[in-house]
Amino acid sequence: MEQDLTKEITVTVNGETVRQRVEPRLSLADWLRDRLGLTATHLGCEMGACGACLVMLNGRPAHACLTLAVQVDGEMVETLEGLRDRGVIADLQAAFHERNALQCGFCTSGMLATAHALLVDNPHPDRSEIRDALSGNYCRCTGYEAIVDAIASTAAARTIDQGTSG
Amino acid sequence: MTMAPDTTAFIGQPHRRQNALRHLAGRGRFTTDLVLPRMVHAAFVRSPVARGQILAVDVEQASQAPGVICVLTAADLNPLCMPWVGTLDHFARMASPPQNILAETHVVWAGQPVVMVIASSRAQAEDACELVVVEIEDQEPVVDGAAALALGADTASPGLASNLCYETVLETADVDAAFAKAACVVDGEFSFGRHTAVTLEPRAVVADFDPSTGQLTVHQGTQTPYQFQDVYARHFGLNEGQVRVIAADVGGSFGMKLHVYHEEMATVAASKLLGRPVRFVADRLESFLSDIHARDHKVRARMAVDANGIITAMEVDDLTQIGAFSAYPRTSAAEGNQVIRLMGGPYRMQDYRGRLSVVFQNKVQTSQYRAVGHPIACAVTEVLVDGVAEALGQDPLDLRVRNVVPDDAYPHTSATGYQFEKLSHQACLARLRQMMGYETLRAEQALLRKTGIYRGIGIAPFIEITNPGAAFYGVGGARISAQDGAIVKLTPSGDVQCMISVTEQGQGTETIIAQIVGEQLGVSPERVKVITGDTDTTPVGGATWACRGAGIGGETALRAGRKLRDQILAIAAAVLQSEVVDLRLADASVIDAHTGAVRLSLAEIGRIATYRPDTLPSGTDNSLTAAQHYAPSGFPFAFTNGVQASHVEVDVETGLVKLLKHWVVEDCGRIINPLLVDEQIRGGVVQGLGAALFEECLYDEEGQLTNGSLAEYLVPMACEMPDIVIGHVETPTLDTILGAKGVGEAGTAAAGAAAMNAVNDALLPFKARLMQTPMTPARILAALGHV
Repeated sequence: MEQDLTKEITVTVNGETVRQRVEPRLSLADWLRDRLGLTATHLGCEMGACGACLVMLNGRPAHACLTLAVQVDGEMVETLEGLRDRGVIADLQAAFHERNALQCGFCTSGMLATAHALLVDNPHPDRSEIRDALSGNYCRCTGYEAIVDAIASTAAARTIDQGTSG
Repeated sequence: MTMAPDTTAFIGQPHRRQNALRHLAGRGRFTTDLVLPRMVHAAFVRSPVARGQILAVDVEQASQAPGVICVLTAADLNPLCMPWVGTLDHFARMASPPQNILAETHVVWAGQPVVMVIASSRAQAEDACELVVVEIEDQEPVVDGAAALALGADTASPGLASNLCYETVLETADVDAAFAKAACVVDGEFSFGRHTAVTLEPRAVVADFDPSTGQLTVHQGTQTPYQFQDVYARHFGLNEGQVRVIAADVGGSFGMKLHVYHEEMATVAASKLLGRPVRFVADRLESFLSDIHARDHKVRARMAVDANGIITAMEVDDLTQIGAFSAYPRTSAAEGNQVIRLMGGPYRMQDYRGRLSVVFQNKVQTSQYRAVGHPIACAVTEVLVDGVAEALGQDPLDLRVRNVVPDDAYPHTSATGYQFEKLSHQACLARLRQMMGYETLRAEQALLRKTGIYRGIGIAPFIEITNPGAAFYGVGGARISAQDGAIVKLTPSGDVQCMISVTEQGQGTETIIAQIVGEQLGVSPERVKVITGDTDTTPVGGATWACRGAGIGGETALRAGRKLRDQILAIAAAVLQSEVVDLRLADASVIDAHTGAVRLSLAEIGRIATYRPDTLPSGTDNSLTAAQHYAPSGFPFAFTNGVQASHVEVDVETGLVKLLKHWVVEDCGRIINPLLVDEQIRGGVVQGLGAALFEECLYDEEGQLTNGSLAEYLVPMACEMPDIVIGHVETPTLDTILGAKGVGEAGTAAAGAAAMNAVNDALLPFKARLMQTPMTPARILAALGHV
């Protein structure tokens, strides 16, 4: 008889409490994708290089491929599905659409996670700061410029909005 | 009354992509996301050595491992599948060994699948792979192409007479005379490293064979569903109608996902054997070990010019190393074949000799990847042109202006036999000069040099093959469609659907098809739903490769749209008791062609034809569906042209290259969507720059890939890439109504050549010259004599 090594975890995922038993070796990415059906989180390298799997862990971007599901017991995880539903990146999504800052779409979830975190940390990034922030996100299709443009235009629009309302 | 603006001109507008909204909401539908009932997972035991003989395979322990459904060897799978051979009839005397699913007696590259494990999860399948014992007697691998051609060399695969896959020579009668009387000859020895596609979504397939009906459904991340339907039907002995291939969202392809791979064939075979869905998704290491690699050319070349600095001839010898067999069904000889034909393409050069040797070795197969052959031919040509400029003391841009085929000299046939309908090199060069502020940059470069800052400017005109007809593959016996098909229908509510054989991998295929169809029918593209990527629902066609989606797919859609337009107008004329010539479609309505007054909405046409056909005059055809196929005719290819420029700064102490800016002037004929065209160019440029500066599949002398991860294989990152300025010249092809040519490969075609010339221009004061890609800091320092 095999020993049962599974461990129960309780995680807030996109605002909902999820309780499941998981194997210790199960990655957060596989848990989100295979067990919860949250397929916006993608796997491109499974070693933390490409950024396709980035999710928000307690509000900070984290590689879901390098994080084990058991490590997020008691924590808050937010995927693109959750960010979208909360409406907090609606302007970024619109800017990506307007500027065609995605082609195949496989890197897009991670790009949006990085962009979201960047604009929280640094609301007025210049282009080179945006390019630096995206260094952990590989995109094979766009050549990056449209993504940089979309993030820059979102930052500019947020600044104007704050200016008029404040 | 003033004329209202034409609200039905959708071609040429920067329409946004509807399908991008799904991805932005996290609702992509990738093959890697697919879960089917009773689905099981595959993993492979791969050869650890590049060449050897299999002595024994023991799967006993693996078969007992937790979650394992079965462990399959060559004896289980290979009999289910007819072997495949990657040759084409029009490549005379081409040879390649037959392939089957799993290695049986010999292994021919490190990473070749030997055993397939099927389990309830991928993790369990991988666990069981650890328990398989494969005993292999190592043999000395064939790694170097030149050595592989030596008399008596071991062959990369058993059963080969030699390691020569294919060779050909292309020459004009007077090439030797041209070199004999040249005022100046420059030469070079080039090496273009192996790199690979690195699609962010790896190869993925879910094969679902239903034994109750004999139906095979294959969900696959591919550009070419119909090609795979044909392959699976023929090689697994099924009727074509029993095979359905569905390519939903594809996470990047770039040519890599249109080749036949052992793992996909194994997955289909396993599903046939088990009668349940089997899933295989390559992990990143498997991608590096089994996806096709690209390039790997060694080229010796020289260029002759006359006393006036006019290029008169080139002589080229290309040795391309393709792995242990030629890829199927497109072969691994097509790239080299294109390399020797694209040489000197932009120039008036009259004489030429090109030799091609395609050679086997014990590495992963190479084959077609974005801009097949173009980056090699362009870099060789343009580095030599810069060499001529230096030798003659002339400005490289001026020299090119004098040498390109003049814009008023078309049609033109190149020394290598390519026919050009009409290109615009002079216009493009003029536009580039103005866009980049060439003279100012040169002045700045000279000033900075005095302060120890070494900047370089590299120029690279190019030609690009688009809209290929049957000449590529069909004439060689490959069952690869040169034509495309579309079905366009008006729904009962007046919306439009278009089912079309060209496919979408994010370039915007569905959007441009919606624009084209919408324009024919006077319906806004947002109300045209385009359906692609399913052999059961779209007409048969070649799909998306070799820059044929816009030019051939677009023309197909245009003609299908016009056919439906005529059907709608015939019904409208019957309803309105009017003449067809007096009616036109606009704003989702039938309007009076003369006054613009709305006569009948398309929704009303849909309603009458669908629900009240009884009210139509007797004999009226109520069909609101039109089907159309289109194959290119006229010129064998619709060549495009353009020019790229790269501006770099080289740190001569560290060898690091900073890309300051990049410019592209491109002529892809009629532009259907300027937003999407520019982004195709930008993405293509960055792939070209990646190969030029970063990307290389490194092998050791044992034929082992030594950098099979994204930590060690360098993909261009946002912080390293320049902003890319794009300009256009529009010369529509007259071979089609639409006038569009392809654009997807233009960026990749010349970006590397421009970068190589820019780096060499920066290094000019040091008399250092690189002719090897990628131009790594170590190679730059070596060229400078620092290491």
